[in-house]
Amino acid sequence: MLVSPENLVYTKTPLMTDKPLSYCPGCGHGTVHRMIMEVVDEMGIQADTIGIAPVGCSVLAYEFMNIDMQQAAHGRAPALATGIKRCWPDKYVFTYQGDGDLAAIGTAETIHACNRGENIAIFFVNNGIYGMTGGQMAPTTLPGMRSSTTPYGRDVALMGNPLKITELVAMLPGTFYVSRHSVHTPLNVRKFKRAARMAFENQKLNKGVSFIEIVSNCNSGWKMSPVDANKWMEDNMFPFYPLGDIKVNGEMVSKPTKAE
Amino acid sequence: MGEKKLMKGNEAFAEAAIRSGCDAYFGYPITPQSEVMEYLAAQQPHLRTGMVLLQAESEVAAINMVYGAAGTGKKVMTSSSSPGISLKQEGISYLVGSELPCLILNVVRGGPGLGTIQPSQADYFQSTKGGGHGDYRMIVLAPASVQEMSDFVKLGFDLAFKYRNPVLMLSDGIIGQMMEQVELFEQMPRATEFDQTWATTGKTPDRERNIITSVNLDPAVQERHNHKLQAKYQKMQQEEVRYESFDCEDADYLLIAYGCSARICQKSVKLARAKGIKAGLLRPITLFPFPTVEIKRLAGKVKGMMAVELSAGQMVEDVRLAVDGRVQVAFYGRMGGMVHSPEEVVDALIKHFSIG
Repeated sequence: MLVSPENLVYTKTPLMTDKPLSYCPGCGHGTVHRMIMEVVDEMGIQADTIGIAPVGCSVLAYEFMNIDMQQAAHGRAPALATGIKRCWPDKYVFTYQGDGDLAAIGTAETIHACNRGENIAIFFVNNGIYGMTGGQMAPTTLPGMRSSTTPYGRDVALMGNPLKITELVAMLPGTFYVSRHSVHTPLNVRKFKRAARMAFENQKLNKGVSFIEIVSNCNSGWKMSPVDANKWMEDNMFPFYPLGDIKVNGEMVSKPTKAE
Repeated sequence: MGEKKLMKGNEAFAEAAIRSGCDAYFGYPITPQSEVMEYLAAQQPHLRTGMVLLQAESEVAAINMVYGAAGTGKKVMTSSSSPGISLKQEGISYLVGSELPCLILNVVRGGPGLGTIQPSQADYFQSTKGGGHGDYRMIVLAPASVQEMSDFVKLGFDLAFKYRNPVLMLSDGIIGQMMEQVELFEQMPRATEFDQTWATTGKTPDRERNIITSVNLDPAVQERHNHKLQAKYQKMQQEEVRYESFDCEDADYLLIAYGCSARICQKSVKLARAKGIKAGLLRPITLFPFPTVEIKRLAGKVKGMMAVELSAGQMVEDVRLAVDGRVQVAFYGRMGGMVHSPEEVVDALIKHFSIG
């Protein structure tokens, strides 16, 4: 053993498999995966947790998370979660979805699962782009932002406005906890992990959906270095998608608490 | 003897769902099968057996709720009618690809498009040839009575779990809406605790994690998966063919019809025989697998065959494939929600084969 147990200060959670991540260097997905799995590990609920992978960059999330998982058709993860949770009310059920999956093709499933108050957690990674298919415009692409289908920038007069679906679901009576985070600095990672923990703890209360958006970069799709992508995200994404709690314990937070 | 009741086909299906020990039903209203969810709601199945009932926001959501629940090893079902079944096709393809059992009822109405709410059999191609994307089949059971709307629920679940594949009940607006006496089977226990070794119920230390997925990025792996699925369909063709014969052994002319058309053609056979025409009826009960071998055998004995369907002629193609040119195969059918009378069928038979 290279490190003796008394000197071990950090180890990868056994709830992440040893499979190399398929994500681009600099992408936030790996960190989000690991934080969710650390929460499941720390709560000791591996045997009672069922996750749902989407269509998108994280389609193979089940290769990396060492738990029972289902892979959903594009956008339908909240419907799968509903079917599972209704049959297994004592299990912990979460979906892991991207912006195209959750806020475009799956809008109906997202809104209605949130409005019914399904007792599940939804993790929503928003990088403002369709990463897996090669960087096309997403429902969350910012005004003026370039993508492979908006090569001259998103013209909202022609292509419509970006959708703040997290603010939208916060208004629904079925959401209990709605919060927006990022994982691009150690402080933000810790804040996200606390939120993820709350999303799982809330399922014991049977009070409705815990919905956590993670604003993330897509340095490949944005055609930037990872460091530049994070800087661009801070300068452009965060003003439009401000970090912080939106709804806590079923009550709207009047002013978003800033998570710097 | 089980309990006897006068029921609509849709109601008998719903009652059988509860009695079969079904764990959950997810659906969306559409005519002519709305009685299924209405009956279930009135019965409060959560009080009777603990069965989950949920009205989804769309057929798309409903079939994906089925996918999620089926992936945990539960006995789950949905029902709809033609346009709604079209919406479910993506989900059905995923269910097949992920090898999940479930029961799906289609109470067929006239199409294409929004069409009519009257009975039709025009979804045969969609039901038996795949329906959604990719190479796949489902066992398709075609009930011809209210009794079978009940009995096939039990059979359908058994077959779905035997093959880990969705089973489709292909009914129609007549069978769904008409009332007949039905003998209901006894309440079966809900198999809520039975352990499906493949199901996603939470990874325990004694096993590897279970994954429900239909994606294989490696084409060689995907081809192997396809071969595995095809082997299941071949086994279905060897073991699950079901049909019913009426007066076939001495018949000169054979009618071939399923579902409500088969009921009508039973009368047509009697009318024809009263006219001195030796007619018979072969009624496929499974549309996939199709009773190809039996039809091929009869092709050597009869002077002609006529497929009778509420469509422009869909099953007739499978009859012609089975017959392979040995005997002339005619077709008669009505469309768009119109229904042929027994007399019309006899007239069509006489005309096609210039009898008498």
